[in-house]
Amino acid sequence: MQKHDLSYVRAELAAAEPAPAGVTGLGAWVRKNLFATPFDSALTLLGLLVVAFVIPPFINWAFISAQWTGTDRTFCSTIAQGGIQPDGWSGACWAFVNAKFSQFMFGRYPAEEHWRLILTVIMLVVLLVPMMIPRIPRKGLNAILLFGVFPIVAYILMSGGWFGLPHVETPLWGGLLVTLVLSFVGITVSLPLGIVLALGRRSKMPVVKMICVIFIEAVRGIPLVTVLFMASVMFPLFLPAGMTFDKLLRALIGVALFASAYMAEVVRGGLQAIPKGQYEGADSLGLSYWQKTGLIVLPQALKLVIPGIVNTFIGLFKDTSLVYIIGMFDLLGVVRLNFSDASWASPQTPISGLVFAGFVFWLFCFGMSRYSIYMERRLDTGHKR
Amino acid sequence: MASQEILGRDAGSRVSLMNDPKIRGIFFQIVVVALLAAAIYWIVGNTVENLRRANIASGFSFLRGRAGFDISDSLIAYSSDSTYGRAIIVGLLNTIVVAVVGIITASILGFLIGIGRLSRNWLVRKISTVYVEVFRNIPPLLVIFFWYFGVLSVLPPPRDSYHLPFGSFLNGRGFYFPKAIWGEGSWLILVAFVLAIAMSWFVARKARQRQMATGQTFPILWTSIGLIVGLPLLAFIFSGFPLSFDFPKQSTFNLTGGFQVKPEFLALYLALSFYTAAFIGEIVRAGIMGVNKGQSEASFALGLRPAQTLRQVVVPQAMRIVIPPLTSQYLNLTKNSSLAIAIGYPDLVATGGTVLNQTGQAIEVVVIWMVVYLGLSLVTSAFMNWFNAKMALVER
Repeated sequence: MQKHDLSYVRAELAAAEPAPAGVTGLGAWVRKNLFATPFDSALTLLGLLVVAFVIPPFINWAFISAQWTGTDRTFCSTIAQGGIQPDGWSGACWAFVNAKFSQFMFGRYPAEEHWRLILTVIMLVVLLVPMMIPRIPRKGLNAILLFGVFPIVAYILMSGGWFGLPHVETPLWGGLLVTLVLSFVGITVSLPLGIVLALGRRSKMPVVKMICVIFIEAVRGIPLVTVLFMASVMFPLFLPAGMTFDKLLRALIGVALFASAYMAEVVRGGLQAIPKGQYEGADSLGLSYWQKTGLIVLPQALKLVIPGIVNTFIGLFKDTSLVYIIGMFDLLGVVRLNFSDASWASPQTPISGLVFAGFVFWLFCFGMSRYSIYMERRLDTGHKR
Repeated sequence: MASQEILGRDAGSRVSLMNDPKIRGIFFQIVVVALLAAAIYWIVGNTVENLRRANIASGFSFLRGRAGFDISDSLIAYSSDSTYGRAIIVGLLNTIVVAVVGIITASILGFLIGIGRLSRNWLVRKISTVYVEVFRNIPPLLVIFFWYFGVLSVLPPPRDSYHLPFGSFLNGRGFYFPKAIWGEGSWLILVAFVLAIAMSWFVARKARQRQMATGQTFPILWTSIGLIVGLPLLAFIFSGFPLSFDFPKQSTFNLTGGFQVKPEFLALYLALSFYTAAFIGEIVRAGIMGVNKGQSEASFALGLRPAQTLRQVVVPQAMRIVIPPLTSQYLNLTKNSSLAIAIGYPDLVATGGTVLNQTGQAIEVVVIWMVVYLGLSLVTSAFMNWFNAKMALVER
């Protein structure tokens, strides 16, 4: 390089020009994301209209005009309807939810025994939270406690009859309690059963394969309502006279069998996605069928289908609300049952109860789906093809 | 597997029968069959015994008995003097009606939502996302209750109906709209309509052949629309406007005339459409995102316009991804229509349940349910498989 010493040549770099005014800042963002084309502008205006029609009335209904406290229907009715609210009032009746809260949670479970349910929930949380956080060690022990010991302890605690605990019949159970019992048992039974069915469907033994295919396809082809009807009407016919099952147990069997058929198809998807080389590699190492399946194939297959498994769990959680149809009262069923409570009958009662129940269901399902996204990212080892 | 068999044959004399995978497989299957047979034998024995004790005759002859209950919504003539069999058919038709209209609405709404989630417009994207996240995470039964108890049952009585455009009304008893009454000669319109569809199919075929041969395109869409709208319109004018409307009229306590859609149907239909649309939206989004970006870039490089790119490059490939899960959503909607029983819409499960309670023929009714739903599933998936085979790209 020659060295120039010319005064008209710059020795240092010029400072960067600021970006043109049109491409930065709020105005540019609005122009790019909301008003890029005339069609976009029209869409934005339409969207704003939708938002204006939905959000402010909802906030007004749910918070500003809502009736938070009260002892009976007069607090949630207008004067014309025989209540205390001004005519034309429209607001959520949270007083109804407030008054019925313990019923929504526990059904008709005796109030002086509620501590048993709360203790069970605490045990569940204590066992479930470390299970869900990947960093915490001793997953094996935790799993045994959660899926082996906890159900037994929880059953004894909730049902009673031992250790001086008064017995509480399952028809008294209700509300979120039944929803959670059905989903927990459904989830813990349907995953292993679904894996067994999926393995059976891919088995080389024709008889086993046929049985699994028939079961899976028959269950997937019919609505859960009919499965529950079967469990509640046909099951007693199948048993010898005098032998009866608890209604909750029958619903549990129906829900678990139903979910396991869907789970089987999800797991089968994962099994099919494992390259053949993995199976052959395991065979060449001399592993037995169960070693090959348990150590090589399933860990990879299940990881691939985590979103599908969680979706099935979410579906199961939502489907537990259908037990209302066979006369059991889960969260939604209890809410529905209370519409006919004369002391709370008002035009705002049903919608308030339903919005509350919807919010609870939404929290659980949304939580599960977020957790599945987190796990999917965490377990992603970059082998995605 | 081959290596195992060879190993097994080499060591045939030394390996005991217990460790031969083939023998073990056969033995295991025999055990399974035996266990299953024993279980079935036990169940059948118990069932026969229970039925005998309850004095229930098995078989389907009960279907000829008098039903004795009324059904509020019926497409075919039905009264409480009709047979059980007819009641179940009424229920089946109701299931099919709500499933078909629900599928159509859910598809339209779902495609809008799915495209909305990929929109360049921030607001549209957010609204679609909120819609999907809300409806995917609440039970369909709750959505049905929401419409039925929360919205439709708090509508005013017929006296204070809401007046909607085109002479229709909305009140607590349902939605009323003018009923079209076709006069004499209206068959001509139907004939013209069928003819128009046949002609546009023919034109589309010819146009595609010509495009394949010469590369010249032909405005198929506009021609078809012109044919399908124009021909029946011509027939309508030619036959002397054979159409009049029966408008619903307001009297003191009720609305008379017109066509009434009951709130039960409305609640079920709206709930199923809104609920399923969220899932269809996600499927559509995944389908469009699944098409490689290189495809549209290559299409632009070839000089195709954005609309052409979308219609001829992106959508056909997205459809391949979309159709299989879409089929299962349609089946889900059909199966979810069985929730009708919770609000008293007389679908197959609801009428079947009433029959079951009256006659005690649990097994027969459940068999009818299973046959019908499995049949609907098979028909839907057969149709969608045919459609899928048509849409699938032909590879070399």
